[in-house]
Amino acid sequence: MINRVEVNETNEMIEKENLDVRTITIGISLLDCIDADLENCKKKIYSKIKQTAKDLVATGNEIEREFGIPIVNKRISVTPIALIGGACCHKPEDFAQIAVVLDEVAKEVGVNFIGGYSALVSKGMTKADKMLIESIPMALSFTERVCSSVNLGSTKTGINMDAVKLMGEIIKQTAEYTKEDDSLGCAKLVVFCNAPDDNPFMAGAFHGVTEADAIINVGVSGPGVVRTALEKVRGENFEVLCETIKKTAFKVTRVGQLVAKEASKMLGIPFGIVDLSLAPTPAIGDSVADILCEIGLEYAGAPGTTAALALLNDQVKKGGVMASSYVGGLSGAFIPVSEDQGMIDAVTAGALTIEKLEAMTCVCSVGLDMIAIPGDTKATTISGIIADEMAIGMVNQKTTAVRIIPVIGKGVGEKVEFGGLLGYAPIMPVNPYSCDAFVNRGGRIPAPIHSFKN
Amino acid sequence: MKKTIITVVGKDTVGIIARVCAYLAEKQINILDISQTIVSGYFNMMMVVDRTNATNSFGDMADEMEKVGEEIGVVIKCQREEIFDKMHRI
Repeated sequence: MINRVEVNETNEMIEKENLDVRTITIGISLLDCIDADLENCKKKIYSKIKQTAKDLVATGNEIEREFGIPIVNKRISVTPIALIGGACCHKPEDFAQIAVVLDEVAKEVGVNFIGGYSALVSKGMTKADKMLIESIPMALSFTERVCSSVNLGSTKTGINMDAVKLMGEIIKQTAEYTKEDDSLGCAKLVVFCNAPDDNPFMAGAFHGVTEADAIINVGVSGPGVVRTALEKVRGENFEVLCETIKKTAFKVTRVGQLVAKEASKMLGIPFGIVDLSLAPTPAIGDSVADILCEIGLEYAGAPGTTAALALLNDQVKKGGVMASSYVGGLSGAFIPVSEDQGMIDAVTAGALTIEKLEAMTCVCSVGLDMIAIPGDTKATTISGIIADEMAIGMVNQKTTAVRIIPVIGKGVGEKVEFGGLLGYAPIMPVNPYSCDAFVNRGGRIPAPIHSFKN
Repeated sequence: MKKTIITVVGKDTVGIIARVCAYLAEKQINILDISQTIVSGYFNMMMVVDRTNATNSFGDMADEMEKVGEEIGVVIKCQREEIFDKMHRI
């Protein structure tokens, strides 16, 4: 039988070390909402989401109470809207109307974000894909809870450089459209290489076309738990360090698996995956950067950071994989800047640059995340940063992403406040040299040689 | 069997166990195991209870136990056993 020490250990993780379930995300297929008439399509989308997700928040709250574990977010992801609106949207404004419907239904069912205002254009763009992308600045400024993502490349298809160029411009436009709120729109917009179909985390969650009608995906977290466990093994060798991370990740993930199964049972929706991510928040102690410091770095960004992050990411996966029957999504360690107090401190101290962050993304689970840059950064420069990140994903057969915020009206050294889970960020300098001629070439970068596995 | 773990933590005082047990008896909740200790004046108890015949809902029990805790100056938490079981047992 469970003993008091074990019960206390679990409850200390929850109460003192910020262990939580970061999100229960229902993935909902909207493929059956496709209609040639926009009004009908909007109605079908509204009712399908409302019907499927109506009990999500109440169920999440009930699980939270019965197990005594906080479930921070309840969210929805839907089929990429470029596919759903293609038949009835004839201009970007039509797509934006669908975004407004998503926002309304998100508010109605009480979720804090709805993801899937997305297009998958890793090889080419359909007319609908292009229109959706062009509508993103509008959609994100009209809505509050809608998140948008665009998949620009993959190991199998290469990188769609036309779309990379376009997204540089769209990110700038989104920043302009939402400049009153410190360009907050860009915090809800992410571009991917090798985007996963079952990601429960925002802003990149969408419900892939290969998924079932509805599915429950859960994202666990717990950087504070890992850091506290590591405090107890200071000065020990790497074997001890790695074993400690692995065991801790196992425990954290087991909670996610339990919550996912319970939610699935209560909602009558199949369980999809648990995403084993270490996702930080601005809360003190809930930081991935602090884990890197505990491993032995003065600041995140110091020499050794990439190696420390690589082992952290790998051990989290090794521990988590055994704890869950199905693992998916992004699974690893997130390294957002604004959402992680340790990262913010490292940037403020001058220890962490965009270039070092880029190196770190080679071994972390996602990419350049929640990075504020000067508002006057050129669109082509943003496209260049995106292209670099996509190349890392493509060649290393991993997911990479860019969520970057050119804060209109602000420059290096200033701070931007997004509020809540999104935190605040010091504005980071960007390499000033031009990549215009590179970005303006057009076309696509072919898939790498090692993608030909057939 | 619907096992629930009740933990009570706080400054030691007379009648903590009595109050908790009286509440559980009233609601037909059966106590399976009690383990308790006092570390430097702090009371730390874990109870395993069975809610199979309980006359109230889990939510009500959790709320009411919390209130009892407030009255006697301790923190009382009710959680289903599975969260501990899953985390500490393969």
